[in-house]
Amino acid sequence: MELFTNQVLAGIATGAIYACMALAVVMIYQAIDHLNFAQGEMAMFSTFVAWQLMQWGLPYWVAFVLTLIFSFIGGIVIERLLFKPLAKAPVLTHVAGFIALFAIINSVAGLLWDFTIKQFPSPFGSSPFLGSQLISTHQAGMIFVTLILLVLLFAFFRYTRVGLAMRAAASMPESARLVGINTGWMIALGWGMAAAIGSIAGMLIAPVVFLEPNMMGGVLIYGFAAAVVGGLSSPLGAVVGGFLVGIFENLVGTYIPGVGNELKLPIALALIITVLVVKPNGLFGRAIVKRV
Amino acid sequence: MTTLLNVRDLRAYYGQVQALHGLEFELREGSMTTLLGANGAGKTTTLRAICNMIRSTGSIEFEGNKLGSRTTENIVRLGIAHVPQGRGTFTTLTVEENLQLGAITRKDKAAIASDIERMYDHFPVLKQRYLQQAGTLSGGEQQMLAVARALMLRPRLMLLDEPSFGLAPLIVRDLFKILGKINREDKVTILVVEQNAQLALELADKAYVIETGRIVMSGTADEIANNEDVRKSYLGY
Repeated sequence: MELFTNQVLAGIATGAIYACMALAVVMIYQAIDHLNFAQGEMAMFSTFVAWQLMQWGLPYWVAFVLTLIFSFIGGIVIERLLFKPLAKAPVLTHVAGFIALFAIINSVAGLLWDFTIKQFPSPFGSSPFLGSQLISTHQAGMIFVTLILLVLLFAFFRYTRVGLAMRAAASMPESARLVGINTGWMIALGWGMAAAIGSIAGMLIAPVVFLEPNMMGGVLIYGFAAAVVGGLSSPLGAVVGGFLVGIFENLVGTYIPGVGNELKLPIALALIITVLVVKPNGLFGRAIVKRV
Repeated sequence: MTTLLNVRDLRAYYGQVQALHGLEFELREGSMTTLLGANGAGKTTTLRAICNMIRSTGSIEFEGNKLGSRTTENIVRLGIAHVPQGRGTFTTLTVEENLQLGAITRKDKAAIASDIERMYDHFPVLKQRYLQQAGTLSGGEQQMLAVARALMLRPRLMLLDEPSFGLAPLIVRDLFKILGKINREDKVTILVVEQNAQLALELADKAYVIETGRIVMSGTADEIANNEDVRKSYLGY
């Protein structure tokens, strides 16, 4: 029983990271209807920036905030330079754009910081949480930060005018323009926020998986799985999906013989396919209903 | 009375196909004008061209401002509210959020709140449903919401594309009554495109008849209503 509880809690902790990545993916998907394959690399690059700032002697939380700002602006710049010109291009052009972005960010990070594995500090330490062996303080911190992020995002979209404008632009761009919303900037803002959310995921997972240019590969696939499970149109679904996928991953790895660490990734992919076949809109996604 | 909107030599294109062939008309400030014409004559295209939602050439002047190179959202910000065909409702958002969005370019929070109350006075049914998803409203309610949302901009000019489309005759009467009230009391200039020519002519001061992308007739609403050709083609008697 203790093994079970332990695995579930650890699953919730890594699930928090998947939830952040899924949120970032969903934000961009809502804005431009495409999956950002480079979301993980953007997060990885941000994490390196945080690491570099700390190497220069800045305290953790200062580096954290500066990295958020850097990522937010970086996300907007990427949208303006690369994806705004592609706005009306077909799907395959977008896919090529995302892959290019993926490769560029990955190589630049390798060039700047090389491919050796680096330690990344945790602001929460790694002692047992509240004296319990079930979960570490860092894992508890990951869950805590994700929940705060969620509440802030919810408040932003629900109670601010910019949040309302972003929702309007994402759901019906033409109508949004007709009430005077600059939908182009709303998309850019979505990219900025997605990049910032991704950077939080990167900084939280780096102490666990260690910092190196390929650190986010597996995490992003789980993030995609989480987004698909929750339904790509629902931020809340993305988060619930993240936690579910985290728990599922751990339980399957523990209880199904022969899975272990090596087969965990295919399980995420199997999950994506299963959801797409059985319930294509995910748990929380809306089926688009149109009056005709 | 001064000219609010002046359209000269307007040509509009869908890809290679030219839909408007040098359209010319003007709207007097405070007037209610209707644009009549058969399906495919270019009525919707004219409204879309004013808001720069399709490629067009020619000159459109609104209160002395050239609209030519402005984006849709900047034209809206000048005070032109467009209620498109299909109403442009944000179907996944609530009724109240739709009204908030109508005023999204305004900064005066207190006035926005009082305007929302005013809209609920105009359209009491919206007040009953203010937390309901707009997509679940009936067609008539959605059209009222669309008009209310447009008014939240405090527009100088309101463009209405077939407001009667798909609505029951009684609801259409109500809606046009409210439009007349808005035109008189709030001094909003209105350009309405209608298939229901009889109703539109009853209410409007001025009318233009458009055929295959050209204005073929213009005059006061009474003149147009009494014109034999118009009677036969659009009024059916």
